Amino acid sequence: MVPIVVGMTFVSFLIIKLAPGDYFTQLELNPSISKETIEELKRLYGLDQNLFVQYFKWLVNALQFNLGYSFAYHKPVLDLIGERLLNTLELTLTSFFLSWLIAVPLGIVAGVYRGKLLDRAITLFSLFGISVPNFFLAFLFMYFAAKTGLFPIGGVVSQNYDYLPWWAKILDRLWHMAVPLSVLVIGSIAGLLRLVRSTIIDELNKDYVKVAIAKGLPYRAVVMKHAFRNALNPFLTLIGFDIAGLLSGAALVEIITAWPGMGRLMFEAVMSQDLFLVMGSLYIGGIMLVIGNLIADLLIALNDPRIREKEVEGRVV
Amino acid sequence: MFKAFSFFLEGLYRKSPSAAYSLVFLLFLYFVAFFADFIAPYPYDVQFRHYPYCPPTPIHFFDEKGNFHLRPFVYGHKLVDPVEKRYAVDYSKKYPVYLFVRGEPHYLFGFIKTDVHLFGTKGGHLFLFGTDRLGRDIFSRLVYGTRISLTIGLIGVFISFSIGLLVGSIAGYFGGIVDSVIMRLIEILMAFPAFYLMLALRSMFPIDMPSVLVFLVIVVILSLIGWAGLSRVIRGMVLSIRENDFVKAARVLGGSHLYVILRHVIPNTLSYVIIAATLSVPGYILGEAALSLIGLGIQEPFPSWGNMLSEAENVHVLSAHPWVLVSGVAISLVIIAFNLLGDGLRDYFDVKLER
Repeated sequence: MVPIVVGMTFVSFLIIKLAPGDYFTQLELNPSISKETIEELKRLYGLDQNLFVQYFKWLVNALQFNLGYSFAYHKPVLDLIGERLLNTLELTLTSFFLSWLIAVPLGIVAGVYRGKLLDRAITLFSLFGISVPNFFLAFLFMYFAAKTGLFPIGGVVSQNYDYLPWWAKILDRLWHMAVPLSVLVIGSIAGLLRLVRSTIIDELNKDYVKVAIAKGLPYRAVVMKHAFRNALNPFLTLIGFDIAGLLSGAALVEIITAWPGMGRLMFEAVMSQDLFLVMGSLYIGGIMLVIGNLIADLLIALNDPRIREKEVEGRVV
Repeated sequence: MFKAFSFFLEGLYRKSPSAAYSLVFLLFLYFVAFFADFIAPYPYDVQFRHYPYCPPTPIHFFDEKGNFHLRPFVYGHKLVDPVEKRYAVDYSKKYPVYLFVRGEPHYLFGFIKTDVHLFGTKGGHLFLFGTDRLGRDIFSRLVYGTRISLTIGLIGVFISFSIGLLVGSIAGYFGGIVDSVIMRLIEILMAFPAFYLMLALRSMFPIDMPSVLVFLVIVVILSLIGWAGLSRVIRGMVLSIRENDFVKAARVLGGSHLYVILRHVIPNTLSYVIIAATLSVPGYILGEAALSLIGLGIQEPFPSWGNMLSEAENVHVLSAHPWVLVSGVAISLVIIAFNLLGDGLRDYFDVKLER
């Protein structure tokens, strides 16, 4: 996994470097900034050196979580990302928990009552959920919010946030999150639902389920104790992907609904070639990917004794 | 050709009616894209400066007194509030709707100069889905926009599947060190957040390019992102295919590696590839729409379903003139159709996919 993070950051370094011009090309057009100043700035940021030297220096610093300075904001990248990161994580983590809490039970219900009216309704919903683009859904909800005035658009907290008691603070945050959150939740529920439903159906068709029913176990126990636990592995892998996507998965929705998260920051950073800001965000994204996969592997081992035993014997898959 | 197609359609209908309907719907849209100049009542860049944000003008068969008219008509609209862009229906003016009406000149298929449009009015204005901020007919722009959204998926899938198939089957066929090198590369590519990778690749090219070039750049970017996932699956399939006797036979008979891969290995993955291709078309449509929406894709005045939506980014415009969202509905419908078609094809070919 570590080589992948290094490879990924190197490729993105190359991409940004290969793009015509750099952040200072814009400054050169400004007649009030002299050539010497720009040269000085470039030297300050180390941009006058060899490409590989530049990357290596960045990597060594990044390993110590020193991500450099943003050109545009004149602030350390880590501080800049920090505040936005919290907003994004607040949104994506809430959506993550909500969608898993809703999708897994619904998917099981749909799988168990396959072909019934309830299943058809759930399947239809998930078809629409995966097909309607999330930016369009965002516009629809913004239209609803603007027309009814029920939900705020943009901003994270109300003006009087600091004077609210703690429970009202949570509610206030949720209220401001409503539009982007519901867009994200609907999108991810739909995809999850399909997966949960089809895996449960596959498991229910297997012989051990028939055995369990034949020996007289209540159907509820068969589904929850046997089929569901066996169906869990692919979802646990998916949790890993979801954790990796916590940073970037909501970018477009954030941009559209004016949520002050990583989305707009990255968009502007990439477009203005704010090198260290982009690299820093990708680096943290890569670390999230590693953590996500680690958590997924641990969860799978926790759930599946077969894999656990292989680990004990030292034979990793 | 036609007979074979109708046979296929019938079989598909028996397996999954919704997939057959989706296929017909999509073919209809390709037809629309092909004849866009003729079907659209106005060219995409004609601005009716006196009608900004005009609401949709519905086609009526009954007038305001309840009388039936055999020939449908539209009412005239008057701008009563130029600041808020509010319109009032002018019941005194009726404009009948004609088929094959003469209007703005255009080039059918790019070289036949004509001024005949499928339908339109004489004197009045026919805005089926209203107009945008410059008074351009949204329905006409939607019709022209099908060209972008429907072709980008096909071309993108073609490019990325050519790469994905070849790389995936080479990795699976040779195995060993070739396999591990390719797989590590793919893992690096897949580790990128797709949206940011798209932005970064787009920033390698200038924003203001000729629209044809922009289109090509977007297709190439989306294909470069899209092939990795496919080649992973293909590799897995090829790993088991190459163990078959017919592969060994082809080698023993003197076929080169490339020949065996192209003629014997890849054809065995085709039914999976067709389904995966259908299901991945929406990704390209969404990618183009997202790029155009944030202003990095197809540039004005050329219409694409994505850049038409960018007007909705202003909340005031969105709440006062919700018909600017119509292209979002179009995107959703097309994606639903592709998803239904893909699911139906899976039933038709009876292939088990890992999703």
